[in-house]
Order: sequence, then C-alpha cells, then structure tokens
Amino acid sequence: MNAEASEYRCHLTVCLAIPARIVEKNGDHAKVDFGDGVTREANISLVDVAIGDYVIVHAGFAIEVLDHKEAKETLKLWEELLSV
Amino acid sequence: MFRYRDRDFADKIVRKLKNLNVNVVLMHVCGTHQDTIVRYGLDSLLESCGVDIRQGPGCPICVTTPTEYEEMITLAENGAIVTAFGDAVNAPGYNRSLMDARAQGCDVRIVYSIEDAVKIASKTDRKVVFMAVGFETTAPTTAATLLQKPPENFSVLCCHRYIPPALSALLSSGETKIQGLIEPGHVSAIIGVKPYEELSKKFHVPQVVAGFEPLDMMMAVYMLVRQITKNEAKVENEYTRTVHYDGNEKALRLLDKVFESSDIVWRGFPVIPKSAMQLRSEFRSYDARTIHSRTLEKMKDLRFEESKECRCGEILRGLVEPKDCVLFSRVCIPQHPVGPCMVSIEGSCNIEYRYRGIRPEAQ
Repeated sequence: MNAEASEYRCHLTVCLAIPARIVEKNGDHAKVDFGDGVTREANISLVDVAIGDYVIVHAGFAIEVLDHKEAKETLKLWEELLSV
Repeated sequence: MFRYRDRDFADKIVRKLKNLNVNVVLMHVCGTHQDTIVRYGLDSLLESCGVDIRQGPGCPICVTTPTEYEEMITLAENGAIVTAFGDAVNAPGYNRSLMDARAQGCDVRIVYSIEDAVKIASKTDRKVVFMAVGFETTAPTTAATLLQKPPENFSVLCCHRYIPPALSALLSSGETKIQGLIEPGHVSAIIGVKPYEELSKKFHVPQVVAGFEPLDMMMAVYMLVRQITKNEAKVENEYTRTVHYDGNEKALRLLDKVFESSDIVWRGFPVIPKSAMQLRSEFRSYDARTIHSRTLEKMKDLRFEESKECRCGEILRGLVEPKDCVLFSRVCIPQHPVGPCMVSIEGSCNIEYRYRGIRPEAQ
C-alpha cells in the first residue's frame, strides 16, 4: 500500500473525485493508484502530469494536479490566519 | 504528511469562531461538502458557534429534472443501450427509474466513466446513449470524449449544467438569507476563482472556495465569518493545493469548443438563464435529442405528477432540511426514494439517512 496516497485519499466511498498517484503513462491514459492497492486506468488528457504526480480523478478523468508545495503552505497559512 | 483532520487545529478554529460571537447562515453547493459536514458532525459543532450551514443546489443528480430521466427511460424502452452513472439509474423519472426499466428487460448499464460507455458502443452495432449529468467538474470528460470522435452509434443525452448561474438565481430570489457561500472545490478546479467575483460584487456576498477535508470546511467557515464581521465581500481560495485562480485552462478550452449556454429548468427552481450546457451544432450527430427525436416525441403526452409531500425542491433551495419532510425516513428511504435527494449519495436526504439513520422521534 502506498501510505502517501492513502493520506491524500479522502472520499473513496463518495466516489466523486478522489486523489490518486500516477503510476504509469500511456498516451492519453495512465494507471493511477488510489492507495490501498486500488489502481485504475484514468484519462489524463485534461492535465499535464508526470509519473509520481498526484491528481484528482473524477469519472475516470484526472481533472487537476495536486500541488505538493501548496498543500504544505496551506497549513502554514492557516496557522498565521488563526494567530491574527 | 498532512494534518487536515487535526483535532487541536479544529478546536482552535472553534475557539476563534466562538470569540467572534456571530449568528450567520452559510450555504455550500456540493454533495461532497455535505458528506464531510454530516460525517464528521461539523454541523452541530458549527451550530454551537452560531453558524447555520445548509446545502444548496449542489447535487447534479438532484437538480436534473424528472423529464431528463424520463427521456433516458424512453430511449431504453425503445431499444437503445442506455448508460449512466450509478446514482442516475435510481433517480425517478415520471413514475419509475432507469433501474425499474432494467427490471422490465431494458438494456440499462451503469458506467464509471463516459469512456466505459464509448467502449460499449465500439463493441456493438446497437445505439448506445450516455446520460451526461454533472456540473463543470464532469462536463470536460464529455467534451474530451466527443472531440475524440467516438463511434457513430454513440450519443449523449446532455444534462450538464453551469453552477455560477444557479448561485446567481439563488441569491436573486432572496428566499434564503445567505450571508456567505462555500464554493465547491472540484467545480472550481475547472472554472477557477474568477467566475465567482461577479457574484460577490453584485450581491455583496463573501465566498470561499473549499476542499473536502474536515479542516478545509472549518477553515472556509472561519474565513467567511471573518469577512462577514468585517463587512467584506471577497472571493477567497482555501483550496489552493488544487484550485488555481484561472482554473484548468485546458479543460475550459474543451468546454468552450463543445458546449454553448442555454436556459434550462433545474429541479426545485424555475428556468435558470444560461445555465445549461448545450452541445454546439457541430456535435449534433452525437446529440441523443437530435438523433432520437422521433422516439422522444412519444413522451409528449406523458405528464409528471410530483409527490405532494416531497420537499426536494425546497431542500435544494436551502429552505428546509431533510427532517422537515414528512416522508423522510418513513416512506422515503434510499431503497425506495420518493425524490432525488434521497437517491444520490450526494443528496442531503441520502447523506442524512446514511449517517444519522431514522428520524429522532422514531427511535
């Protein structure tokens, strides 16, 4: 199991849009890993991604790339906002 | 790596909110937001901070009208292979669902993605129709697929809708006193932050684009309340790890290539101007309403009679809650839904039923 992907994953039951990691690329499609050993093929034509990137998958398509840096920054910003 | 469910952090936000001592009504328009709120009990937590949070018209299955489901049922009954997302097959048309049609022998198939429906079409000579439901999050998947020139026996019944015109209709009606809006993270991943700015200007309403972890929601509420206390009306983005100011430009270009806006009725609402994504004329050969127009004419004598007790319309406008409906958890349960809000896992009634079960007085 991929622990990182598992932490990113939030709503496997509400299969609306789920974070996943790009494992293999093959043209417009990629094998993505949702964590817990769940993999699936997803269409990546709506995003520019590399292997290892995290994407949000909705209805079989990666709709956006998750930004690692921003994710870390967010928590810092929140701390700041709350300390005002 | 992330601490988006950190209890101490949540406590900090609660303390901050309590200090601000407010009494506000906020709305979100996303089934997944509602799921987070109810699953983690954020509604009662926020209530203790003077924040009343409601779900608006943010469940695509719920706002699709019975007529659109009836169109799919009619196509299924007339020999087409009809394909739809799992939730859509249980949503009632005029007096039955696609699942009921399947029980009668129609070829109704559940798909996870429009690409699965195209695969079905490529393996048969029969007509295959896909029910294209969803907001800006889902519509690019339809656009990208149609631009790939799927087989000729494939078509879509387009039910895609734009969210911002619905927000505008909701705020103009003045029915619900909404002091702040939590915008849906994944619709915003596509459209960005920009389209909301006009609403903030026009209606002086603060907005925050939010993600789906409990802390995302708590933080969005805090950001909204802060704006309200300062009498500001800005659009802020809490979900920067996914949502960019300009959205997903690639997806937006595809949307523009394939769809144009037109007026459409939403369940619970009258006609909302420019809220429908209609296929542009170049894609008419994939438009189920054009190529199956004769079959769909058979529907013209059918009339829809809505259950008088069902309050889905009011629930979708944020006026009442599931427990205010006399049918909720008595007659209307996920196995036998009366209205669409009990059908979809994104619907308020379904979420309330799944996490809180039967109504309190019946326990």
